[in-house]
Amino acid sequence: MEKTLYTLTVFSENSVGLLGQITIIFTRRGINIETLSVSPSAIKGIHKFTITIYSTLDVVTKVVQQIDKRVDILKAYFNTDDELIFQEIALYKIATDKLLAKGSIEDLIRKYHIRIMEMNENFVVFQKAGHYEETQQLFSELSETIGVLQFIRSGRVAITKSKVERLTDMLEGIQTKYGKK
Amino acid sequence: METKTKISGAEAFIRSLLHEGVDTIFGYPGGAIMPVFDALYDFDKHVNHILTRHEQGATHAAQGYARVSGKVGVCLVTSGPAATNAITGIGDAMMDSTPMVVITGQVGAALLGSDAFQEIDVVGITQPITKWAYQIRKAEDIAWAVARAFYIARSGRPGPVVLDFAKNAQFEKIDFDYKPCTFIRSYIPIPEVNTDQIVAAAALINQAKKPFALVGQGVILANAEQELKAFLEKGNIPAAWTLLGSSAMSTDFTLNKGFLGMHGNVGPNLKTNECDVLIAIGMRFDDRVTGDLSRYAKQAKIIHLDIDISEINKNVKVDAPVLGTAKETLAALTEKINTASHSDWIESFKEYEEREFEKVIQKEIHPTTAEITMGEVIRKVSEATNNEAILVTDVGQNQMMAARYFNYTKTRSMVTSGGLGTMGFGIPAAMGAKIGAPERTVCMFAGDGGFQMTIQELGTIMQEQIGVKMIILNNHFLGMVRQWQEMFFEERYSFTKMQNPDFIAIAKAYRIEGTEVSARENLDAAIADMLKDDKPYLLVVNVEMKGMVFPMIPTGASVSDILLG
Ligand SMILES: Cc1ncc(C[n+]2csc(CCOP(=O)(O)OP(=O)(O)O)c2C)c(N)n1
Repeated sequence: MEKTLYTLTVFSENSVGLLGQITIIFTRRGINIETLSVSPSAIKGIHKFTITIYSTLDVVTKVVQQIDKRVDILKAYFNTDDELIFQEIALYKIATDKLLAKGSIEDLIRKYHIRIMEMNENFVVFQKAGHYEETQQLFSELSETIGVLQFIRSGRVAITKSKVERLTDMLEGIQTKYGKK
Repeated sequence: METKTKISGAEAFIRSLLHEGVDTIFGYPGGAIMPVFDALYDFDKHVNHILTRHEQGATHAAQGYARVSGKVGVCLVTSGPAATNAITGIGDAMMDSTPMVVITGQVGAALLGSDAFQEIDVVGITQPITKWAYQIRKAEDIAWAVARAFYIARSGRPGPVVLDFAKNAQFEKIDFDYKPCTFIRSYIPIPEVNTDQIVAAAALINQAKKPFALVGQGVILANAEQELKAFLEKGNIPAAWTLLGSSAMSTDFTLNKGFLGMHGNVGPNLKTNECDVLIAIGMRFDDRVTGDLSRYAKQAKIIHLDIDISEINKNVKVDAPVLGTAKETLAALTEKINTASHSDWIESFKEYEEREFEKVIQKEIHPTTAEITMGEVIRKVSEATNNEAILVTDVGQNQMMAARYFNYTKTRSMVTSGGLGTMGFGIPAAMGAKIGAPERTVCMFAGDGGFQMTIQELGTIMQEQIGVKMIILNNHFLGMVRQWQEMFFEERYSFTKMQNPDFIAIAKAYRIEGTEVSARENLDAAIADMLKDDKPYLLVVNVEMKGMVFPMIPTGASVSDILLG
């Protein structure tokens, strides 16, 4: 069956071992995690995981329900790319002499909206934000023309386009409905 | 219960258990849990601690206790090897939704992560097989963690919780103040009943000409036996049960059409593929029930009542999900459904009952051959208790035969390892069941194989004088595996033949009374002797060596392809 890239968003309490609890659900079904990014959310004490996986609709639905079911998970849901604004960030380390030998780099910087993070006599660090294909394209071009000393790409971060229920509202709802006090 | 002076973490822990109504603990001491055992010494009037002979036994005993009583089973063991010994029972409880809290000792917090003596990553190991696993590293956490553990274990769809208790936290002194847990914001144990779902399901049932209900353990866990009966009677809906749904309906209830799945009854399996509306109640469409999913109930509209949303559409695509406890949803559905008779449909089960009786059951419970069969022993024991006993089984042919031939008049009368299929479950689970329901007779059937997996628990039975009635159905084989070898591996009996000890002599060494029977004419008297009092007893019955459990739906076959022999 055709597999699609799905982005899972998971809000959880910040308790020990949560990442393990989540990843084990993928492990059981033999699913690779493509990207993963974790950080504190806008609400204190709550962490947000953004995970991408290739999967079928059927499997991703079940996986998200099984994640959501864990006691420490507040909410889990998934989206396809067309429902999201998303971004990854990449850093490229290049030898300064090789870069200078190429002559003007203005075109390259304009073409890819590169930011220069660091420049010294030994190396230059480019930063590029974008979709996977875009950061990958720059990597390919740099590798072929100048050579890349080091390369790193972050996991995806994403925001939904639709008007979804905000986590704060959801938490309030749960508190009033189920919390006695 | 606040304390004026500071108390130790270990004492705070015991007091927390008392707050949760714990009066029975199955456990085994060791270095990393000694402060708790020491505190327990002062609470022997409040807590009955049962010293098992192995931590696996403690976990299964807690399961048996929980399953018959509806209370949370509690285990107390030390770190390292004790914790790993407990894993089987924890996994078993997870698969079978059994409420249980397992407390493992752990090395002091300062040593965590250093490969200290008997340190093992209990939380890491048990997280995938528990509802919640938590490490208590400081005494201030104790009351909070225990309250949360019990709330999680017993609420919603029940399951096991592990508390890994670091030794320093057992010693530390604290002020103790206990508050039960009633709410966790990230955890909604019971989904709200949705009227639209009830209406949609009722509409399907009201149109149905051939409705059929599948009864799972969810009915028992929700104490919804009365609601189930009212629902089935109002709609005149025939019903069948899963292994763990056994005893939710009494055997002689007219709409009870029998046992589902691989070794279930013919009618219920065939009718699954003939009904027009299938109503699954607190069951999870296990592969042992469904056989080949692509040929399972394709003709039917499917209604699924469950407390756990992640079960909906997991295995079988559902037309009308109904979320909530079976108690609430069945009551709501009963209000909305029309009275109906479905008499032709109900009548149509009869033909299959008769065929199965003639081809299988007759031979099994009234054999004409010289050798004793498993089925006849089980039926005789059941009848000798007026079908009022609790059945506990081990795993294998004995388990399937017991599920088929034991009869029930009361709910919570069947304890078995369903999801995990754990051999060795029987003896300790029976101990727990007897302690959880002391006024009832507990009959445990095991094979010669499974009995020897936890045979050391005879020591516990002796020490505590637990009045369990143990019956070994001895075929000198790992019978269920042998059956598969006969059917699917050209009778190549690879390592399934067993040379057995003198079981009666072993029982005798443990001062447990027993009898061995090989001839049919001695069977009734032996059963009567076993049931004459409330003391532990071992009955060994040498049964036919190559008995077969039929009917059977081979793995991968459709429920329609059920074999009769
Ligand atoms: C712990 C464990 N190991 C292995 C198995 C696989 N298994 C399932 S049934 C069975 C045979 C059981 O033989 P016995 O206990 O003699 O019971 P019988 O089938 O003869 O009634 C085996 C080995 C299991 N279910 N559990």
